[in-house]
Amino acid sequence: MKLSALFSGNTFQHGVHPHDYKGLTRHLPIRRLPFAPELILPLSQHAGKASTPLVKPGEEVVRGQPIAVADGFVSVPLHAPATGRVRSLQLMPSARGPKTMSLILQVYQGSSQKELYDHPHDLRQLSADEIIQAVQEAGMVGLGGAAFPTHVKMKPPAEQPVDTIIANGCECEPYLTCDHRLMLEQPDNLIQGLHLMQRALGVERAIIGIEDNKLDAAQLLQDYVSNDPTIAVKVVKTKYPQGAEKMLIKSVLNREVPPGSLPSAVGVSVFNVGTLTQIGELLPHGRGVIERVVTVSGDGVQHPGNYLVPVGTPVEFLLKQAGVVDAAHEVILGGPMMGMSIAALDVPVTKAMSGMVVLKKPEPDTERGKEQPCIRCGYCVEACPMQLNPSMLGMLATSADYTGMQENYHLNDCFECGSCSYVCPSNIPLVQYFRIAKSINRDRQETAQK
Amino acid sequence: MPDLKITTDLRTSPHLKQVVTVPQIMRNVVYALLPVCAYSVFAFGLSVLLLLITTTLTCILTEWLYCRLADKPSSLDDWSIVITGLLLALTLPPGFPLWMAAVAAFVAVGLGKALFGGLGYNVMNPALVGRAFVQAAFPVAITTWTPPFLPGRFQELIPTTLTQPFMIPPDINGWIEQQRVDAFSGATPLALQKFEQIITPLPDLVLGSIAGSAGETSALIIILGGLYLAARKMLDWRIPVAVMAGAIIIALPLWLVDAARYPDPLFVLFSGGLMLGAVFMASDMVASPVTPWGVWIYGLFIGMLTVVIRLFGGLTEGVMYAILLGNAISPLISNMTQPRIFGSRDS
Repeated sequence: MKLSALFSGNTFQHGVHPHDYKGLTRHLPIRRLPFAPELILPLSQHAGKASTPLVKPGEEVVRGQPIAVADGFVSVPLHAPATGRVRSLQLMPSARGPKTMSLILQVYQGSSQKELYDHPHDLRQLSADEIIQAVQEAGMVGLGGAAFPTHVKMKPPAEQPVDTIIANGCECEPYLTCDHRLMLEQPDNLIQGLHLMQRALGVERAIIGIEDNKLDAAQLLQDYVSNDPTIAVKVVKTKYPQGAEKMLIKSVLNREVPPGSLPSAVGVSVFNVGTLTQIGELLPHGRGVIERVVTVSGDGVQHPGNYLVPVGTPVEFLLKQAGVVDAAHEVILGGPMMGMSIAALDVPVTKAMSGMVVLKKPEPDTERGKEQPCIRCGYCVEACPMQLNPSMLGMLATSADYTGMQENYHLNDCFECGSCSYVCPSNIPLVQYFRIAKSINRDRQETAQK
Repeated sequence: MPDLKITTDLRTSPHLKQVVTVPQIMRNVVYALLPVCAYSVFAFGLSVLLLLITTTLTCILTEWLYCRLADKPSSLDDWSIVITGLLLALTLPPGFPLWMAAVAAFVAVGLGKALFGGLGYNVMNPALVGRAFVQAAFPVAITTWTPPFLPGRFQELIPTTLTQPFMIPPDINGWIEQQRVDAFSGATPLALQKFEQIITPLPDLVLGSIAGSAGETSALIIILGGLYLAARKMLDWRIPVAVMAGAIIIALPLWLVDAARYPDPLFVLFSGGLMLGAVFMASDMVASPVTPWGVWIYGLFIGMLTVVIRLFGGLTEGVMYAILLGNAISPLISNMTQPRIFGSRDS
């Protein structure tokens, strides 16, 4: 064992400690949200190719019925989140900016909304490949925010055998508590999902990683798996971005994923606990992802809480249900560190949306916000979990040396956690510079290839 | 259900922000410097008070002028200019003529900072650039020391203080003779050690009952200020520690070999401007490296160079040039010590 290993128990180097604001919602049980009159269902709610619609405008659908099929391996199908009629297939605004092709579903308000579509599996009979196929058929994507099709992650390259599965229960983003609530309320589904994952990947060992601000969940799960030698619960330090795959692997197993590689390079697969819980819940019935738990929180919300929201619910409807204060002035989809603020409220809740944070205008503080020159304080260097040099990258960005950023300062290893911008006393939007630099480099590469 | 009428702002993530700003950092450095200034005024009297005011005001005026000429928004509110003013005064002899101090301040900000583009772009510590300039321009005045705790220090100024602009300051040895009640001499501990092999006792060095620059008197107060800043994470503690370690690395072996010729390491640490330089100047964020290894190399380099200049060079004090050289090579150090990227074997 290396000497450094002695000092690096259950956490990674660097990172930041934002106030977590989880007290607003962590004690509130998950509640079901009513159906919105109309649901907006983008055909692409996942990384990869958009799904192909199965239904035509005017057709009636029942809750749970597949309405779009996967187009290829890196794609997932879509299921109807409610019983109703397909109004149209059209381009709709998305949170990311460009309009995306979406199915608009008019919900039958009188319907009991009983989930009629079922396709039960005998879990004991399923082979590994059948589990993976069932996960794809469920339309499963990484529910922590990545939205990467889950079944793709279940087929790691043959030359990189996986020996450990990590269930990611860190939820390091401030405000969000949906994973915390799921672990407390549905531990059976979580463990079920984890067992299925173990079988599909043929992996003996599974570890649930939980930050030490959720000890109640860790204790509960610990009791739950006390008879199961294959699953362990590991409490890790509360620190942002502990929930990033590479950081969590370092904290739990003390393995470092090499730059540009996937976790399978060190024999690990990481799945969000929300994803596993849904797998455990849906697979026995052969159902699809039609709803998810969304944390609605922030000082701009009258009734913060964890809501079970049908996929496709317009953000505006969700906001009305939770109540929004007049002074609200920023709506963020996802967590406040990596989430995206939106300009208009007509975008829908998608499968990977874990939270919605509504904030009031910050107290007028003239010092804050004004961008000042970099004074090389080194705070960002001390914050970067990838141990990059954001200060230098920022200076290169201002001089438009994007190639140098990539070639000499490892721009592509930045996963945009935002820790550098968070600590910067000069208010330099470092991570935004890096996003822009990356996309310029991508464009240049594409042009060069043509 | 009523329609929602909220206007939203679009901002890029992260949407939370740690509220530590550059002006806050700079203001806290000023707070940490104030006790040093106060003690200096207590030890050397009104002359130092005037010196502090002169340099600070000149620095502020120069910065203001620069912002006007460069058509930039005023940068006075970031407080960094006050640090430069105070630090500069603290590096000067207590009786330094005020007009020369004003020149030093003008050069510090004009040449050391504004010329490079203002805060964040200067290569070297501005205060030391000003100090280096007057060291070359006024070699006699910059080495004319006064003993501390003269009885009349709050009633009258040191005669050199009010020298007319462009005039040579008067000789003050006679004045010191007349003022002096005990055997205090105007020579600094470093000069005594270098030329007369007299080692000033450690308590005097720590408490500051010695001759020297306005701010190189009480090591104790300087260290306390440094601890305050380090606790608030507004000072990189590694730099002062590395500077001191560097000084000891050179001083200790020499002293062990020949204790009669070379001073002991504690004397080296606590005499002259080493403490002020290590805590408040070498640690200047703008001009020091940001990489973890770079910080140590930079600090060690300054500490070692200081002692080498002191013991083997013609000057009695070497902190200033050591820090300026350290500043100059800090971009190089940063480049050569890029941190190891997470997951990779090398950087």
